[in-house]
Amino acid sequence: MDRDPLSATPSDRFISVRTVTKQFGQFTAVDRVSLDIGKGELFALLGSSGCGKTTLLRMLAGFEEPTSGQIFIDGEDMAGIAPYHRPVNMMFQSYALFPHMTVEKNIGYGLKHERMTKSERDDRVAAMLDLVQLKAFARRHPHQLSGGQRQRVALARALAKQPKLLLLDEPLGALDKKLREQTQFEIANIQYETGITFVVVTHDQEEAMTLASRIAIMDSGSIRQLDTPKNVYEFPSSRFVASFIGSVNLFDAELVRQDDQFAHIAVPEIGVTLQALRRGQLHGKTRLTCAFRPEKVHMSRQPPASAVNTMQGVVQDFGYFGKDSLYRVKMPAGSLIRVNATNDLRAGDDDIVATWEDEVYLAIDPAAIMLFEDEA
Amino acid sequence: MKPASWFDRRGWSDLIIGLPYAWAIVFIFLPICIVSALSFAVPILNSPPYEFLKTWPYLSFDNFQRLFSDSIYIRAFAVSLFNASIATVLCLLIGYPMALGLTRVPKAVNRVLLMMIVLPFWTSFLLRVYAWIGLMGNNSWFNHLLTGLYNVVVPQAWHIANIQIMYTNFAVIFVVVYSYLPFMILPLYANLEKLDRTLDEAAMDLGSRPVQVFLDVTLPLSMPGIIAGGLLVFIPAAGELVIPSLVGNQSDPMVGAIISQEFGLNHDWPMASAISVALLVILVMPLMAYTRFQSRAEAGGTR
Repeated sequence: MDRDPLSATPSDRFISVRTVTKQFGQFTAVDRVSLDIGKGELFALLGSSGCGKTTLLRMLAGFEEPTSGQIFIDGEDMAGIAPYHRPVNMMFQSYALFPHMTVEKNIGYGLKHERMTKSERDDRVAAMLDLVQLKAFARRHPHQLSGGQRQRVALARALAKQPKLLLLDEPLGALDKKLREQTQFEIANIQYETGITFVVVTHDQEEAMTLASRIAIMDSGSIRQLDTPKNVYEFPSSRFVASFIGSVNLFDAELVRQDDQFAHIAVPEIGVTLQALRRGQLHGKTRLTCAFRPEKVHMSRQPPASAVNTMQGVVQDFGYFGKDSLYRVKMPAGSLIRVNATNDLRAGDDDIVATWEDEVYLAIDPAAIMLFEDEA
Repeated sequence: MKPASWFDRRGWSDLIIGLPYAWAIVFIFLPICIVSALSFAVPILNSPPYEFLKTWPYLSFDNFQRLFSDSIYIRAFAVSLFNASIATVLCLLIGYPMALGLTRVPKAVNRVLLMMIVLPFWTSFLLRVYAWIGLMGNNSWFNHLLTGLYNVVVPQAWHIANIQIMYTNFAVIFVVVYSYLPFMILPLYANLEKLDRTLDEAAMDLGSRPVQVFLDVTLPLSMPGIIAGGLLVFIPAAGELVIPSLVGNQSDPMVGAIISQEFGLNHDWPMASAISVALLVILVMPLMAYTRFQSRAEAGGTR
């Protein structure tokens, strides 16, 4: 394979969305969105409901026409091209399987418009049934299948025409938790095997993070950040993205001074001065947002070795989740810091890290503190 | 298990389920039995005007023999089934686009349109038929308009003074279509409205043009609605009495008129019963076919 599935910037512009806007009456669903997707990429559009991700997907499929802007697929302008003429297939959120057709007929439906002989068509359907491991269910009707099986039929039907672009609308939304995990790896594998470009729309960040090579985070019609899952999580570009992806402690902060390596910030809500590793230039604004993720805070009952970014607080309450626990530690200044601690020891009653009313020390690595110039 | 008291749940549910059965037995099943029995009696000049044979086999088959040998009856059945079939097909052809249209308009418009379909029921059925008589008559403006249009289109040699609409089979079919159209539209609409529109999008996404989408997805999935609407039009249309007697050709009667004549004018209750039984058998057959279609569809997975 000459392509790196995790490359952050596509070498080619296989799918190109250029300043696309979609308005429904007065409402702007998609607002000047531009993005490029590389060939064979698994791309995710992530956002809460109403952020415009589904509208963007429907414009790629051809069910909606952009109000302005252009969409290119493999160099071809899609303006005015009907859904049935686009080299694009879609896996619908509800799967939209034809209830009056068998699994086989469903998968083969799109092929009847292709120039193929009957045996070629049968071979393709058989190959698709193999791909999604549903050979034994070929003659069944959709209502005789489980949710997971229907999902795979929908995937096979969308793949059967070997589209240049496959759109998946909340592909795992209707599955239960166990099945989701298994299916998301299946989808990623199928994508890798077929080499077809996938665009996934989802509101589930876990789904986006595990599936996609790149994620576009959308909010009120525009893209807030477009990057790899890792960068989106570790280096969010804004306070919005930081709080949208994963959980985070957010505090207003004031820039005290900067040196070569660190920015020193006062955080009145915690009552301490913290030092944060500088990444890029802060633009001289003094009012900042300081953010750090709960799992990046180290909690101990003994004072830590280094005094950098150390705070003292009292455990107000905690939730035990098995593999980890979430503590809420009250600072002297009154605010709460959320701390995620892995339960890496098998705990008896007395060696749990901390419990209610315990005095604890919190330490944050300067590299783990994120600073944003946008305020709440 | 014995019911605990008079208001025991089980007892009530039995009663509630039992009521429609009782209704069906008393007002549907029993009358059918009586009519069936009557069809094997012979007419007499007495009150009641029939009797059963005093000797073996007690039942007379004369009525059915007449039914199958006298061309009046056979022709009446043929005309009835012909008119009902044509009317059903026309109702389907007119009603399907209307029902489909109802599912594709905004909600506010949809309410108004549905109201307009149901609105005629608020006027007396007879009144509406009489209104059509007024419109179809040879001297009505409607007839003049149609005649005028016809005369514009055809060469001079074919010109006519007016079009004979009243007292023809055409008038019967026309008014039957007008009267029964809502019975086609409403079940069709109920069916089409339930269909998942994303199925259309899926078919389109897989390369089908809109017409193909309709043929592959909408039409097969609306089959239950088509059949339900078809039966609701066909069955009453085949037995229709009022419309043919008001606008139809009296010398070429439909079954309803024949039954009415035998029962009222001729006082031949057994013959009237025999015709009714024959009509019932003919009309029940498509119903049974429908039930079989549905159970097969359920087993095969139309749902």
